[in-house]
Amino acid sequence: MATDSRQKPDNRRGANRSRSLLSDQARSYLGHHRKVARDSIQRMWKTPVASAMTWTVMGVALALPVALLLLLTSLQGVSAGWESTARITAYLAMELPAEEARGMAADIESDGRVVSVQLVERDQALADFRASSGLDEALDFLEENPLPHTLLITPEDSARSAEGVQALVTFVENMNGIDQVQVDLGWLQRLNAMTDILARAVWALALLLGAAVILVIGNTVRLAIENRRDEILVAKLVGGTDAFVRRPFLYTGAWFGLGGGLVAWLLIQVSLWWLSGPIERLAGLYRSEFTLQGPGFDGALALIIVAMLLGWLGAWVAVRRHLDDIEPGDIAGG
Amino acid sequence: MIEFRQVTKRYDSDHTALRAVNFHLDRGELAFLTGHSGAGKSTLLKLIMVMERPTAGEVIVGGQKLNSLPRRQIPYIRRHIGVVFQNHQLLFDRTVFDNVAMPLEVMGASPEDTGRRVRAALDKVGLLKKEKMNPMQLSGGEQQRVGIARAVVNKPPVLLADEPTGNLDPELSADIMRLFTQFSQVGVTVLVATHDIALINEMNRRTLTLNQGQLVAGGGVSGH
Repeated sequence: MATDSRQKPDNRRGANRSRSLLSDQARSYLGHHRKVARDSIQRMWKTPVASAMTWTVMGVALALPVALLLLLTSLQGVSAGWESTARITAYLAMELPAEEARGMAADIESDGRVVSVQLVERDQALADFRASSGLDEALDFLEENPLPHTLLITPEDSARSAEGVQALVTFVENMNGIDQVQVDLGWLQRLNAMTDILARAVWALALLLGAAVILVIGNTVRLAIENRRDEILVAKLVGGTDAFVRRPFLYTGAWFGLGGGLVAWLLIQVSLWWLSGPIERLAGLYRSEFTLQGPGFDGALALIIVAMLLGWLGAWVAVRRHLDDIEPGDIAGG
Repeated sequence: MIEFRQVTKRYDSDHTALRAVNFHLDRGELAFLTGHSGAGKSTLLKLIMVMERPTAGEVIVGGQKLNSLPRRQIPYIRRHIGVVFQNHQLLFDRTVFDNVAMPLEVMGASPEDTGRRVRAALDKVGLLKKEKMNPMQLSGGEQQRVGIARAVVNKPPVLLADEPTGNLDPELSADIMRLFTQFSQVGVTVLVATHDIALINEMNRRTLTLNQGQLVAGGGVSGH
């Protein structure tokens, strides 16, 4: 249809022009995209403070959910790691002699569902406790060792399902001389439940902050549209299509997104660096392998792409709402 | 080239800007559009540029009926219509060259093509040496000529001018009218809205006269 109006019979010169090769048109189309992309970056540089502020707002809004997501991933890694090393702890009856305890350990170890059994004798247990708890002096007041012999049972991979572990627990419980059996999965389940809740909260937060980013960019682009009102009018008057008029603003939004994404990445890296020392110490205290993982290259790329998309989307919202309002209807005067 | 068939434009129930206007302008014709202010001159120009749509009747430009034109096609029609405004509508954030280049830019012309054609248009209006200046640095007459260069840079078959000599002294006005005459001689249909009676009388061309939205003179084909 576009060519219809271009090749009107009265417009011979225009018709000749529009008969340029398709590749030429594609080239000039791409050339225009390049020009607009460059232009909108240059405009951003012209107001460095305002642009930096927009980037920072975007950066903070993006960094927050991304940092929480990273934390979440790290936590889930921890629980996954510990689930695989789930152990059953069996406390033997107080009065049971060490000989018998060793016999029981051998019995359990011969069960096919068990990889290994470690016997912690009560004297050893007390010594360990003394060393790690710091209750050295308090323990001196005790007349006798309050700790029983303990068996640490590591199940086979195949027995590590919830039912498998439960069956093993029942088996051990039913043995003579067993006082109490504990599976240290309770806190793990609680951790899992908490990370689930946290995950939902983080995604909700990410959604809200994503919307905030779109609104911030939308507002910034709305101001840009107001500032370039005359240019938009003239472009529409001389036959600029809607796509032509929109293009610079969409690029502006995408560049804001790029800046915001970079700022967010920087904030995350700095916070990681800032937190890594204390977290290592804390994890060390819990004898955990826990480390905060950074976004990595893929994550950083995804972050920046998402940021650019959000920026583009924000610009698009603003353009939809405000660009159509600018019509050259009143330009010609009364 | 431009044809109005029984065109009526009503803004509100009580304000009718144009009433059953009929006229036809040929290719290469230069005509004036005149009338007291509020007689409907601007409305008539806006209908040609598809800034407004008629309430009744048909507007046909270059064989294309504008009434049924979908909104997305409007830009392509405007590329065939050069417009000169009384207040120039130049952009002061760029050079004279870039102002004149705008119609080519929206069409996606190549840089070489753009350079050649912009310079040809500026040469035509005698401003070739000022292409790198900001329009702000130019006099009113020069700004008007930049506006004309922009209107004709893509060689549109139709040229509209709304009070193009409004702020200019008689000598500059004559210059600009000479330019319009030259364009019409190479086949451009030129319609100049003005209430400068002296100018109209001097040029002795077909004149469409509007009064209260009605075409009272110049509507017949005998006018040219």
